Order: sequence, then C-alpha cells, then structure tokens
Amino acid sequence: MEALATASLRDRTLEALRAIEPALAIVADEEGLRPFETDAFISHRATPMVAVLPETETQVRHVVHACRKLGVPLVSRGAGTGISGGAIPDPAGVLLVLTRMRQVVALDALARTAVVEPGVRNLKISDMAAPHGLFYAPDPSSQIACSIGGNVAENAGGVHCLKYGLTTHNLLAVRAIDGDGDAVEFGSAALDAPGYDLLALMTGSEGNLGVVTRVTVRLLPLPERTDTLLAAFGSVGDAARAVGDIIGSGIVPAALEMMDRIVIEACERAMRLGFPTGAEALLLVEVDGAEEEVVEEMRRVRAILDACGAADVRIAADALERERLWKARKGAFAALATILPDFYTIDGTIPRRCLPEVLDRVYRLTAEYGLLVGNVFHAGDGNLHPCIFYDANKPGDMEKSEELGGRILELCLGVGGTITGEHGVGVEKLRQMCSQFRAPEIECFHAVKRAFDPGGILNPGKAVPTLKRCAEWGGLHVHGGALPRPDLPRF
Amino acid sequence: MTDAFIPTLCERVREAGARKAPLRIRGGGTKDFYGEASAGDPLEMSGYAGIVAYEPKELVLTVRAGTPLTEVDSVLASERQMLPFEPPHFGRAATIGGVVAAGLSGPRRPYAGAVRDFVLGARIVNGKGEDLSFGGRVIKNVAGYDVSRLMAGSLGTLGILTELSFKVLPRPVEETTLVFEMDEGEAIRQANVWAGQPLPVSATSWQDGVLRVRLSGAPPAVAAARTRMGGQESSDAAHWTALREQELPYFRDPVLWRVSLPQASEPLELGARPLVEWGGGVRWIAGEQDALALRSTVERAGGHAILFRAADKSAGAFHPLKPAILKIHKRLKAAFDPEGILNPGRMYDF
Repeated sequence: MEALATASLRDRTLEALRAIEPALAIVADEEGLRPFETDAFISHRATPMVAVLPETETQVRHVVHACRKLGVPLVSRGAGTGISGGAIPDPAGVLLVLTRMRQVVALDALARTAVVEPGVRNLKISDMAAPHGLFYAPDPSSQIACSIGGNVAENAGGVHCLKYGLTTHNLLAVRAIDGDGDAVEFGSAALDAPGYDLLALMTGSEGNLGVVTRVTVRLLPLPERTDTLLAAFGSVGDAARAVGDIIGSGIVPAALEMMDRIVIEACERAMRLGFPTGAEALLLVEVDGAEEEVVEEMRRVRAILDACGAADVRIAADALERERLWKARKGAFAALATILPDFYTIDGTIPRRCLPEVLDRVYRLTAEYGLLVGNVFHAGDGNLHPCIFYDANKPGDMEKSEELGGRILELCLGVGGTITGEHGVGVEKLRQMCSQFRAPEIECFHAVKRAFDPGGILNPGKAVPTLKRCAEWGGLHVHGGALPRPDLPRF
Repeated sequence: MTDAFIPTLCERVREAGARKAPLRIRGGGTKDFYGEASAGDPLEMSGYAGIVAYEPKELVLTVRAGTPLTEVDSVLASERQMLPFEPPHFGRAATIGGVVAAGLSGPRRPYAGAVRDFVLGARIVNGKGEDLSFGGRVIKNVAGYDVSRLMAGSLGTLGILTELSFKVLPRPVEETTLVFEMDEGEAIRQANVWAGQPLPVSATSWQDGVLRVRLSGAPPAVAAARTRMGGQESSDAAHWTALREQELPYFRDPVLWRVSLPQASEPLELGARPLVEWGGGVRWIAGEQDALALRSTVERAGGHAILFRAADKSAGAFHPLKPAILKIHKRLKAAFDPEGILNPGRMYDF
C-alpha cells in the first residue's frame, strides 16, 4: 500500500515536471541518476526520485511550485563539491541541478560588480575580472570546480578570509526562488537595501531558504604586489605565537596558514621541499597590497618570525617560487593521501590563542582512538582542518573517525569556538548543532526557515536538526529547565 | 545587578507580551530621530554596559549592548584598533547596541565594510522573552542561519540586543586627505576608477565642485598613492568626523534624504545640490522632495531612499518593500515577536 502511494507520488511529480514550459531536462532512470547520488561528502549517498536540470529561472520557479503543491522535498545542487553533505538527495524528492544555469549576465568594471547565474564556477569570475585588474576574493580550495550558487548556500571561505572575508562579505545581491515559488531579490546593486538584511540569512542557509538563480558579486582590485614566505618552527606553540604577534602588530596578512609535523613529513615525501627535519610546524604567510606597503610589512613579519624562533624562512622571489611555496599548502591533502587513502576533514574554528592547547588535545584524542591525524589549517582566523586518516576497508574504522571528528568539534566548542567555520552543517554536523545551540535557538532557526519556506520543502532535514533528534542524541542543551515543545517525545 | 539583568529583562518582555503592551527599546536615545516614531513603554538599555571580552590579537571584541560608543572607541584606540565601519555617534550618549540596531555605517563603509560585515555574534532577547545567542566570538562561523547579522539595521523590531561581538581591525598608521576640483559626474566616475585600483582610499565626499578623498594605511602606501593621484593635500582631517556626524553646514536643513544608489550610477537630475559620499553609493539630499517622484527615480536607478530627518515623515521613513520580500518580513517579525511588542512600527507598519 505504501509502495503504491510512493509510486503514484512519483508519477504525479513526473507529470507536473513534464508539464513545465519551456520543457526542461528530466532524469528519472536509475542509471542516469547515479552521478547525483552524493556530493563531496562521499560517505553518504541516496538516489533522488527524479533530477531536473533547468536552464532558466522560470523553469526553476515552476519546479519549486510543483514541489510545493505536491509537498515533495526539493534539494538544490551545484557542482557537488560540498563536503558536509548539503546536496545529498532526498530519496523521496526532486534534485534540482543548477549547473546548466551558467550565464555571465554582466560584468561592470567601473562599478566592480559581476552578475552571474548560480552554475558559474568561482574561479571563472576571477578569470573574467582579471583583464580589468579585478578579482573575486573568496577562494575555497575547490574554486576550480565549485559554483557560485553553492558558495552562497555555504557562505564559502578560503585561504584569504582573514583579510577579504567570506562569501557574505563579497556579495551585493542574490536573486532566489523562495519556498512559495516566488522570485525574491535579496540585497541590491547599491551598498544596502531597504528592510531587514535578508541577504545575510540567505548566505550560508544551505539551500533551506531559497533556490539561488542569480548572484551579484563585488569585485576587488588585484593587489599591486603579493609576497609569500614559508617559515619552519620547532614547536606548534612558537608558530602560534608568531601568528598572534603578526596580527597584534597591526598587520592583516592576506593568508596565514599552518601545517603540522605529519603534514610536513607527508609533503616532504611527496614533494621534497627540503625542510629541516624536526620542524614541528610550518607557517605560510602572504602579504598583499601596494608595492611599498608590502615591502614594509614583509620586513616586519620577518622580524617577528625571527623573534619567535623560526628556524628556516623562505621568501618567494617571484610568482613561480610563490606557486612552489603554496604547493606545500595546496598539495597537502594530496600528500596526506599517501599515508592512508581515506581521510575525513574537520572544520572547527577556535579563538586563535587556544591553538597550542587544542592541537595538543587533538593529538591525544586521536591516539586514544588509535587513528592518525594531520593538521593543515587557516591559522589566521583560527579555522582548524584536522584530517583524520582511516582505512575504509577496515570494518568500523570510518565510524571511529566520524566519532573522533565529533569529539574534536566538541573540543572546539569547549574553548568558545564553533563546529563549522566554512564547510557548513549539511547532514554531517547536525548532531553537533545540538551542542552548539540550545533548544530555543534551534526553534528560532526553524521559525526563520518557515518564513521563507512555509511548506518545508527546501532541503528538509539539512543544516538544522529537529529538536526530536537532538533529544534522541542526548546533546540538547536544555535551557532554563524547559524545552519549548514539551509535547515532543523524548528517548 | 548585571547578572540579574537578562533574566529580569526576559521576565519583563514576557509580562509585556502577556499584556500586548509595546516596548520602546532605547540606548542613548541619539537615534530617536531615525526611522518611524514608535510608541510604547521605554525600555532603557544603557545600564547594561561594559566590555565582556577583548583580545586585541584575536581582533575580536565582545561588549554589552548598552556600552557607550565612545568607550568602545577609546578601548579599541588604546590598542591601536578600531570598528572599521566608522559608525556615526549623533551624540555623546550613543550606545553600541544602538549602532547595530540602526545599522548605520560611516565614510569608510564602501572600502572596509558595513556594520553587518563586522558583527560576529549577537545575544538577544526575542519577543517571547527568550535569551538567545547566535554567531560567536570567532571570525569564521557558518553554524546556523546568520541571525546576528540580521540584527544589524532591524531597529530592535526582532529582538532586544544584549551582547554583541565584533571583528575589529588595526587602525591605519597614517591618514591624509586629497582635494580635487571636479563636477559631480566626474567625481563619481573618478572615485569608482580609484576604487578599482590598489590604492588605500578609505573615504570620499563631494559637494559643490569639490571632491575630497581620504587615504589611510601604511605611510609608504599613502605617500605613493598621493604622488599617483595628484590633487591638493589637505590637513583637514576634521572634515571626515564632521561628515560622519552630519555636522557640516550642508546638514543644517531640517529635511534630509539619504539616497542609496549603485556606486557608479550617474548623478540624479533632481534640481537639488546633493552631498555625495561612499564613492557615489550614498547621495544626501537636503530639503523637501516629492517623495513619490524621488523614490520612483531612485528605484529605476537600482537604489532606495530613506527620509532620514524630517518633522513630517508621513511619506514613510523607509523605501516601500516589494510584495514578495514584504511577505517574508512579516513572517519573520511574527516569528521573533509574535505579540508585536518590540518597537512596533519603527521600520514599517509591523
């Protein structure tokens, strides 16, 4: 009986989607749906009931309308590079694939703005802006592949956030279809818009508040000069102190990245960079700006690094050498894969002063679990990315790594940090959301969602846990001794 | 008294909700003129003051909402840091909570970011009397919807701000001002050209044929830009404070419109003498205007108009919202403040 009902909902959904004009690409066969089973959070997968690939906003609007009418879940997806499972399909829902919407609507060099459709790749925007001396600042490591719609949904970061901010700081406007199927303009081409700052809510809402159909980004002038150096330290503590001292001296570096011993050794084996053996931490510092400013700041950075006991400092003399220094940072994950093929990346953020203490506890916890961890992360903004290595062929290893990941996130919360700095909650960190937020706050998130999506059709079950699940996990912070919904069952 | 402040506040809000008796949230009262008038029992927040945490090396500051803005400024200045969005005070009593609630940024805004860009976290009491915390005290944080930034500019209609965390930045070592003679169109174009080049521009203003450009940064960068850009150097640093605080003679007219436009858009043909700042992003217009005509002209140009100061705001202080976005506003207001007791009518008629 249930199977029959499901079949008929599938038929009715297909019928509604096929009636959309102009017609859009619909994928409903098992074989065709396989590529859409997961995003880059590959440990979880599901086959959607049907996938659609619209080319216009009108088609998107009709798809949302159809889903709203039928009460069918709708999951939006761009390039599928997200690593928290935000774009994993709903088996009983429609997957809306936005990669065919990849028009660059406008690029205005004088106004320093670009208007693009959601499927446009992040890096393409900077490539197009470069001849005008401009660039789009947020640069997530997947920037060659990831699309701007997904960047908005995740509030994507990158290695240059400390100076240039996250996606939310680099947007002017987002056009989206809300859960009612209405097209809404959030923000504007001006520096502000009337009413509440709904653009702030849309950015990082993980596909829960609307389907992004058009994005207006701000472009920044390419810096005149960029200098990069790599410094080796005998201890994580010394490197962390250097990070604090650089920022405390009034310099805001474009990038400030750290790698620990396990990562250094993996890089050394894979890339032979020739760093002194015994280095416990590598610090990559990049300073950009006006010619004279960079020279002056680099001089001060050098002095601070020396004072903090840097053992070996290498300054890139030209673009080619800069590329080589970045190779250690950007190739770190690939180098790590030579240790064990499978790894799981964590995304907690902590107050920077807690770095040495938190790293130490991460190492100890990892040893308790009998696993291996390497740390390569955005030290400037305290965004940790511990990589936990495991062997997927070893029964229970993956589960163990996920459990350790959860413990590390709790550790971040314990020092006043957050469970996700830039990767998003998705399905991956739902459980830790119950630790970071108390019941009335989670209830407030659901109320925000209802304001944009009263039918609850947009990416249901992602980004914000239900209070029921929090209670089941036992992680719910009960505030003032009472839950806002005492009628909900508890286990 | 401070430990009991928030529970007492929650209780007071619950009690007001039960009676459906509106509350008029107030810090220093320096921005009472801004937005629509709001009736209700005054809820004084200036008593809930003080620095909660400040770690200069973290670039993060957490303060109670009633803290005077002057105190925040001087605490940051003692570490050679600043609130990068350069908020206007509009009076000595201004509080940091009022700054965020009003969402107003100063001359540095186009080059550094707005209030909302530097809000990292907010603790609020919503209309149900619940004590809620969003965001945090770290620079990167994407857990949950970004409710703390939503608070910026919501004029207390969604929640009573109690504690706020900000990202702060180092204060520039050197500042100077360059002065150029040019007409409005040329000044707007030139300001946008410079903004697209790696120059340390931190503010612009144009009025009556004179463009002023402020440069801020490391001394060698400021010196190099000065040579490249030309113009007359001016020692009148006080101009930027007077601009921010609306103490220039231009602002003496009792009626003042704030027109927000895409930065590079052409001068508006309004037959009025504007004062242009934010590299063309804001055009102040002193004196009476036909509200409907102004708003439709501005809307066509992609912007919006606020009736910033006026004795008569019957034309509406804020630009009317489009139906699709208005629908979401009303639902959000109902979600945060179901009884409609927090500053009702201060922004729109809800």
